[in-house]
Amino acid sequence: MNILSQWDWSYDGMIVLAGVLCAIAASLPGNFLVLRRISLLGDAVSHAVLPGLAAAFLITHSRSGVAVLVGAVAAGLLTAVLTEWIRDTGKVDEGASMGVVFTTLFALGLVMIVQAADSVDLDPGCVLYGVLEATPLDTVAFGTFEIPRVVIVLGSVVVMNAVFVSLFFKELLISSFDPGLATSEGFSARVLHYLLMILVAITAVASFEAAGNILVVAMFIVPPATAVLLTTRLSHMIVLSAGLAAASAVLGHLSALTIPALFGFRSTSTAGMMTLCSGLIFLVAALFSPQTGMIVTWIRRQRLAMRILSEDMIALLFRLEERLPKQSVQIDTLAQGLLTSRLRTRISVARQKFRGYLLVSADGVCLTETGRIAAAAVVRSHRLWESYLVTEGIDAELIHRQAEKLEHFTDRSLRDRLQKQGSKSEIDPHGSPIPEETDRQTTQE
Amino acid sequence: MTDTTNPLSVQDLTVAWHRKPVIWDVQFDVAPGQLVGIIGPNGAGKSTLLKAIMDLVPKTSGRIEVFGAPWKKNRHRVGYVPQRESVDWDFPVSVLDVVTMGLYGRIGWFRPVRKKHREAAQRALERVGIGALAHRQISQLSGGQQQRTFLARALVQEADLYLMDEPFAAVDAATEQAIVEILREMRTAGKTALVIHHDLHTVADYFDSVVLLNMRVVAQGPTGIVFTKENLERTYGGRLTLLEEATEAMRRRERSL
Amino acid sequence: MKSGWSSLWPRKSRKKALLVLPLLPELFVGSVVEAAGPGSVGHLDMLARSLRVLFLQDYNTRVVILGTMLLGMAAGVVGCFTLLRRRALIGDALSHATLPGVGLAFLLAPSMGLEPKSLPVLLCGAAISGAAGVAAILFIRNLPRMKEDAALGIVLSVFFGAGVALLSIVQQLPTGHSAGLESFIYGKTASMTSSDAWLIGIAGILSAGIPLLLFRQFQLLCFDEGFAASRGYPVVALDFLLMTTVVLVTIIGLQAVGLILMVALLVIPAAAARFWTNRLDQMVVIAAMKGSIAGLTGSAISAIFPDVPSGAVIVLVCSVLFFVAMILGQESGVLIRVFRRRTLRLAMDREHLLRGIFELCEEHSTTSSPTDRKLAVTVVSLLKLRTWTQGQLTRQIRKSITEGLVWRKADGAIELTGKGRAEAERLVHHHRLWELYLITHADVAASRVDQEADAVEHVLEPELIAQLEELLKKERFGREIPASPHPLESQPRGSATETPENTPAGQPANESGVPQ
Repeated sequence: MNILSQWDWSYDGMIVLAGVLCAIAASLPGNFLVLRRISLLGDAVSHAVLPGLAAAFLITHSRSGVAVLVGAVAAGLLTAVLTEWIRDTGKVDEGASMGVVFTTLFALGLVMIVQAADSVDLDPGCVLYGVLEATPLDTVAFGTFEIPRVVIVLGSVVVMNAVFVSLFFKELLISSFDPGLATSEGFSARVLHYLLMILVAITAVASFEAAGNILVVAMFIVPPATAVLLTTRLSHMIVLSAGLAAASAVLGHLSALTIPALFGFRSTSTAGMMTLCSGLIFLVAALFSPQTGMIVTWIRRQRLAMRILSEDMIALLFRLEERLPKQSVQIDTLAQGLLTSRLRTRISVARQKFRGYLLVSADGVCLTETGRIAAAAVVRSHRLWESYLVTEGIDAELIHRQAEKLEHFTDRSLRDRLQKQGSKSEIDPHGSPIPEETDRQTTQE
Repeated sequence: MTDTTNPLSVQDLTVAWHRKPVIWDVQFDVAPGQLVGIIGPNGAGKSTLLKAIMDLVPKTSGRIEVFGAPWKKNRHRVGYVPQRESVDWDFPVSVLDVVTMGLYGRIGWFRPVRKKHREAAQRALERVGIGALAHRQISQLSGGQQQRTFLARALVQEADLYLMDEPFAAVDAATEQAIVEILREMRTAGKTALVIHHDLHTVADYFDSVVLLNMRVVAQGPTGIVFTKENLERTYGGRLTLLEEATEAMRRRERSL
Repeated sequence: MKSGWSSLWPRKSRKKALLVLPLLPELFVGSVVEAAGPGSVGHLDMLARSLRVLFLQDYNTRVVILGTMLLGMAAGVVGCFTLLRRRALIGDALSHATLPGVGLAFLLAPSMGLEPKSLPVLLCGAAISGAAGVAAILFIRNLPRMKEDAALGIVLSVFFGAGVALLSIVQQLPTGHSAGLESFIYGKTASMTSSDAWLIGIAGILSAGIPLLLFRQFQLLCFDEGFAASRGYPVVALDFLLMTTVVLVTIIGLQAVGLILMVALLVIPAAAARFWTNRLDQMVVIAAMKGSIAGLTGSAISAIFPDVPSGAVIVLVCSVLFFVAMILGQESGVLIRVFRRRTLRLAMDREHLLRGIFELCEEHSTTSSPTDRKLAVTVVSLLKLRTWTQGQLTRQIRKSITEGLVWRKADGAIELTGKGRAEAERLVHHHRLWELYLITHADVAASRVDQEADAVEHVLEPELIAQLEELLKKERFGREIPASPHPLESQPRGSATETPENTPAGQPANESGVPQ
C-alpha cells in the first residue's frame, strides 16, 4: 500500500471531495426516482442532456455558464415531455418510448459534439466517464485558498438538491406514495414530476464534466436502492443514501489507487471505481441487511426449521411413550419417523440434550421430565387444533396436516381459547387423549 | 331540485372509457347524516363512481355537487378511503406518516409537519384501535390493520363526507366491527359516508340507505324499502348483454382511431 | 390459445404487397440523406468517395454495409419480442453489462495464450459478462422491496463502471493503446474486417433464427406468460433464451453502434413497426427491414463522412424511420387515426342528415292531411334539429347531393332521393330499435334516449340488429319502422359529450308511449 503514502490532501483530497459532492447531489433526487419506479428515467435524462449541452457549446463557445444550464434543463424536460407524448399518442409502452427518446437525443448530441469539436475542446469520452482526476487542475482563487471550480459547482448543486428535498419533502412523499391522494389534496403529482426532472437534469449536467455520466447515473439509483433494503423510513432512507453515496466515493478513490497496484498497474478510473464500490455496498446490503438480507433471512428460516424439527421430535417421543412408557429410541428410527436426514436429527438431539429435554444413552434417546412437559404442550396444541378444526367442519382427513403446521405457533393462551371453543372433549378426533395443561410448563421458545 | 345542504348530489353522471360506458346516467342525492351503501356486482362501476365524484377520472357528462358546490371547492370536506391494493405497501413510511398525509392538504405547500399534526394522527390511530402500531412500517401490517390505517387517514381529514372503496374487503371480523363502530360514531356526529359494500348479509344491518348500481342506478332509497329481493335480482341478474355487445363494437372501432 | 392471441392482433385480410408500402417512404428518406451528403460539402474528393460508397466499389465498404445490415435485421427481430414482453430497456442494461467482459478478456487473453485483440476473444468475454448481467438482474429483482426498474438501473451502472475501470487499466498495457476498445462504447464500423462480418453474420442469423424457430412459443410468452406456463411451456427457459438472444445481438452490435446506442437498435425498429401492423409476424418482418435499412444508410453515411460516429448516425436514421412511422403508419400512425376519426365523423354527419330529413317529413305527414304531404324540408328546420353549425350542415348537404342521396329543390328545400330514402329508412329503423331496447331494458329515461342511441347506432353491426329485432319482435314490433318513442325536439339538443350546464335546462320529458 505504499501508493497511499503518496496521498496528497490538496490533490487526492480534492478528487475525493468532488466525488463525494457528486454522489450526494445525485443520491438525493435519486431516492424519489427509485421509489416512483422510474429509476431508468435518471439514466435516460442524463444521456439526453447531451444535445442541450452541445447546443450551448455551439452557441456560446464556452463550457460553463448559464447557457449550459439552460440547455441541460431544456433537454431534460424535453425527454420527459417527449417520453410522455410518444407513450400517449403512439400507444407505446413507457420503457420503449423512453428508449426511443433518449437514444435519439444522445445520438444527436454525439453528432453535434463532433461538429463542435473544432471550436471547443470537448471529448465525448470525457462526458461519459469524466475525469475526476483532473479536478485539482482547474481552480478558482478564493482568498488564499485555491478551490477547484468543480467543487464549487457540485457543492452548489448539493445545496440546491438538499433544499429542494427538504422543502418539498412532504409533497414528494405523498405524490410518490399515493398520486391520487396527492392530487385530491391539491398537490399536483404532475408538477412535482417535472420539478424532479429539472433537478435530475441539472445534477446530471453539473456532474458531467467532473465525474462523467456513469457516476451520476449510478448514484441516482444504487445508493437509494441500497437504502431501501436497509431502512423503512423515508427520512432515514434519504440520509442513509447520501451517506452510502459518500462512502462509495471515498472507497472508490482509495481502491482506484490501491487495487490496480496489486497487479502491477498504475491507478485506474476513479469514477468507475466509485460506481463499482456503490455496487459492492449494494451487494453487501442485499446479503447482510438485518431485515431483508439474504443470509439473515436464510439463518432465520433455518432456525425456525430447527425449532419445528425439535418440537416434532419430542412430540414423536411423547406419542411413542403413550403406547410404551419409558422406552428409548434409536436416532436412525427418529430420523425415519421425522422424514429428515440423520445429520439434522443428530443436531436437533444435541440441541435438546443441551436444553435438558432429552437423555441420550447407548439404547438411544428418551424424554426427561422437563422434556415430557414441553412435549405434552406441543401434543396438546396439536390435538386441540384437530378437535377445533373438526368442530369447524373441516374434513377429518385434512385436519392432521393443518394441525401439524399450527401446533408450532400456538401458545398457552391460544390453547385455552381453543379448548373453550372446541368440542371440550378429552379425546381428539383420532381417539387419542388430549394431554392436560401442566402449570409448571416451560414456555416454548 | 338540488338541495344545497345535501352532502352529495350526482346528476346525469356518465363515465366512459373509450366511449364504453362504465356508469351511465347515474342520478342520486345523499341526505346528511346517513350511512349509504353502494351495492352491485363486479364491474358495475362502483369504484368508478367514487373516483368520478372526486374528479379522478374524467366524466363524459354529468354534474356532481358536494355540499352544493363543485368538488374542487369543497375538497377539504371530503375524505377518501381507497382500496388497499391501490398503493405500494413496501413504501418506506410508517403508519403514522400515512395517517399524517391526510393533513397535508391543510398544512399546505412548503410547510413542514409539526408536532400537533402528528398528535392528531396519533389520536386518529387510537380511535381505530391501532395506536400502538404508529411507528411500524406499513408492510408489517395485516390486511385489517392496513384498512384501519386508511380509515384513520380519512378520520384525520375531519371531513363531512366520506367515500370508502370496499373498506370491508378481506378484513378480519374484529376490524369489520371496529369500522362499523366508527361509521356509527361518524353518523352520530352528523357526518355522511358513502361505502362500497359486497356482503349482502350485512347491508340491512350497516346502512341507512342503499344505492343499487349496475352501470345505472337500479334502485335507490332507504334500506328497508329498496333492499328487496326483486331489486337485487334486477341488480345482479340480467346484465345488459346486448348493450355490452354494442358498446364493445363501439370500443373496437374507437380503438383503431 | 388462438383466440386469446387474435384479440390482441385482430386478423385483417390485407394483401402481402402492402408490407412493402410502409418501407417506401423510408427508402426515399434514406436516399435523400445520402444524396444530400456530397452536395452539401461540395468537395470533388468527397463526391468521388460517396460514389464509391454508393456503388459498393470498396471491398471494405461492402463488408461493413453487409455487417450492419445483418445486425439491424437481427436486432429488429429480437427487439419485437422484448418490446412486446414490456422489457424494452433490458437491452440497455445488458449492453452496458458487456463492457467489463471486453476489458477482462483483453487482460486475461495473453495468459491463456490467445491474441487479445481478436474480435472473437473479446466478444466471448462480452457474452460471458452479459450473461452475468442477466443473472444479476434476476437476482436483484427477487430481493425483497426491489422493483424491476431498479434492478436494470443497478446492473447497467455498476457493470459499466466496472468496465470503465478495467478499460482504464487496459490502456496502460503496451498493446492497449491501439486496441480500439473505445470503439465498443461508441461504435466504429470502419474498423470492421471481413472475418468480423462473418462473425456478425453467424451470430446475427443465430439470434434472429432462435425467435423465428420458436415463434409460437415466444409469441405466447410475450402475450400471456401465466397462460403459457399453465399450458406446460417452460416459461423460465424461454425467458432465459430470449435474454440470451438479446445478449447475442448486443455483442455483435458493440462494434457497429457501440454499447450505449445498442438499445436503440433493439427498441426503435420494433416500436416503429408497431405503427404499421397489429400482427406479430408482419411486425417482425417490418422491424427487420427497418433495422437493415438503418444499418445500410447509417454505415454508408459514416463511410462518406469518416468523422461522424457511425453508431450515432445509424441510430438517427432509426429515429427518422420511427417518426415517419409514427406519423404515417397505416395501423396506428397519427395521420391514419386523424383520417379514421374524420371518416367516422363524416359518416355520422351523413346519417344524421338523412335521419333528420326523414323524421321531419314523417312528423309533418302525421300532423297535416295526406293531400298536403310534403317531402322536402328547409335548411332552417334541419339546423334547429341538432347542434351543428350552418357550415357543417351546408357542407354535408352538398356532399350528400353529390352522392345522390338528396336533391335541392328550386325553392332551396331539401328532399330525399329514392336511394336516400331507402338509406334513411334503414338508419331510422336501427335508431328506433335501439331506442326501444334502451327504454325497455335499460331503465333509461325516455327523454335521454335519443342521445344514447345516437352514440351507439353508428356502429351497430348486422348480427346485433337481427338480435335486437328478435328481442323486440316478441314484445310488439315487426320489421316496419317503429314509431319514435319521443316527440321530435325543435330545439337543438345537447350532444352526449356536452356537459349539462350547456344544455338548455328543463328538456321536455314527454313520457307518452313509454312502456314503464
